[in-house]
Amino acid sequence: MSFLDVLQEYKDFDFENYLESVSDEMIKKAINKKKLNKFDFLTLLSPKAKNHLEEMARRAHEITVANFGYTINLYLPIYVSNYCNSDCSYCGFSKKNRIQRKKLSLSEVEIEAKEIAKSGIKNILFLTGESKKITPISYLIDVTKILKKYFSFVSIEVFPMSEEEYAKLHLAGVDGLTVYQEVYDRDIYKKVHTSGEKTNYEYRLQTPQRGAKAGMRSINIGSLFGLGEIVSEAFFSGLHASYLSDKYLECEFGLSIPRINDAEGHFKPNKIVDDVTFVQIMCAYRLFLPRVEINISTREEASFRENLLGICATKFSAGSKTEVGGYTKAKTEPQFEISDDRSTQEVIQRIQELGYEPVYKNWESI
Amino acid sequence: MDMLKLGETEFSSRLLSGTGKFRDKNEIKEVLEKSGSQIITVALRRVNLENPTDNILNYIPKHITLLPNTSGARDAKEAVRIARIAKEAGCGNFVKIEVICDAKYLMPDNEETLKATKILAKEGFVVLPYIMPDIIICKKLEDAGASAVMPLGSPIGSNAGLQTKSLLEMVIENSNLPVIVDAGIGRPSHACEAMEMGADGVLINTAIATASNPAKMAEAFSLAIKAGRAAHLLKLQEESRYANASSPLTGFLNL
Repeated sequence: MSFLDVLQEYKDFDFENYLESVSDEMIKKAINKKKLNKFDFLTLLSPKAKNHLEEMARRAHEITVANFGYTINLYLPIYVSNYCNSDCSYCGFSKKNRIQRKKLSLSEVEIEAKEIAKSGIKNILFLTGESKKITPISYLIDVTKILKKYFSFVSIEVFPMSEEEYAKLHLAGVDGLTVYQEVYDRDIYKKVHTSGEKTNYEYRLQTPQRGAKAGMRSINIGSLFGLGEIVSEAFFSGLHASYLSDKYLECEFGLSIPRINDAEGHFKPNKIVDDVTFVQIMCAYRLFLPRVEINISTREEASFRENLLGICATKFSAGSKTEVGGYTKAKTEPQFEISDDRSTQEVIQRIQELGYEPVYKNWESI
Repeated sequence: MDMLKLGETEFSSRLLSGTGKFRDKNEIKEVLEKSGSQIITVALRRVNLENPTDNILNYIPKHITLLPNTSGARDAKEAVRIARIAKEAGCGNFVKIEVICDAKYLMPDNEETLKATKILAKEGFVVLPYIMPDIIICKKLEDAGASAVMPLGSPIGSNAGLQTKSLLEMVIENSNLPVIVDAGIGRPSHACEAMEMGADGVLINTAIATASNPAKMAEAFSLAIKAGRAAHLLKLQEESRYANASSPLTGFLNL
């Protein structure tokens, strides 16, 4: 059994018909329920639910404060390589893009790590393009060992791998895993992933559960908005997180809501998630999944992020660089353009001004 | 004086507080002052010795007893490691064992908690385990050397009050260790109810930290706990008076 079986149940599901049937009554009931079922969740993702966004936001805020308090977890990304073996039409690192390729040497990783550590943030996410050949497991283990000297919680966003490989990385000190399905719609998935290992939809879909089995403490998933139908993509992302949290109780799950911006590939999104829809998705996630971490990256603009903090965001990156070597040299092309380009200190100061506690450290190396 | 004894230390306050979920760590000091709370729990995962402005320990007055907790531990081994690190970090020898492998409802794993208690009590820690209210586990924890038991009222952060009331009553009735009700207490009236039932203390975090005025709310909790305790002591007194009635009802029988 995997999430694939869950998806299969919705193969012929008529989303349009369901969304058409949604009434104000159903929306109000879903907002005020103690425990939402998947149809309540879908109801909240319906276009009609936008008329109830303030109530959704208030409820989302209430649930978030009860579960997370007035705190926001901070992390920083470090891009260690942009070599990639896959062609993904929306990504700046895509194989076909003629950009300068770079992989940090271990001493360069250490220099970057030292620079990032000055921010005081102890939670780091390290990323590569998807090339098992150029950034093999042995390299990832070496990078982890260096990062563990400076950070207490290390996460990866690299190529999907086997449970055994995740277990090796976990043993070396990796506690978090980020892997986005990008798009749950199989046909679109096929269209935007034209070559390389990433064309394997099912292997990618089952990646979070391999990570959970290997002992990861926290796993972050999501759909890249702009590729598939918005409502069904959000619905499947939420169902995926729900499926995983029911099955792997010991692991904390998180959802991101990345939406496509200008990357090096100059990809034009098929569907635009506007700010209203973004907030709607975020609130629906929170109401459906009270304890899930909601991660907002610097893809989003500063003022927008600040407003999300007051609703139900629980995790922020701050002062991120998305170029390989970005904190010290910044030579290569970024994976995506950053919209919130404030420094870490500026972000932290604003979080405090807004009445929230920035959390620099939320794990102890044990 | 009516004191709460944990290990070898006696406390006049029966309100244990927490450090999580506050808008600003500077609020903690006032919460402690207003409530008179003498014990505060701190998640070791949040202790940041390298960063003085972030280090939670710098916001807690020195006379307060630290109760480091093992938040994040998924089994006994991890809880033991976290407790040892906390001791080395200068957090004293109290420890609240939290072994949680349910990220959805944050339910404690009684079995792993018992294992960790055995090890840490032997190492000289004053062990306060966070548990599902169960009289059997309480007996085992007592044998393992725990200094108190901390059964939950309802899930962490739920503010739902004493949903486990009938189980808590059994624990209070049967436990030889102090019983500190932990988690789920959302209102002063919940805390008062627990104390009136005979709990020896309560631990409140979310309801204070997320209140519009944490210090005022802490004070309200403190009063509620005192009221509940006073009522409980009175009840005990009445019961004992009844037991030693001066003119027995059956005296005429010359028993």
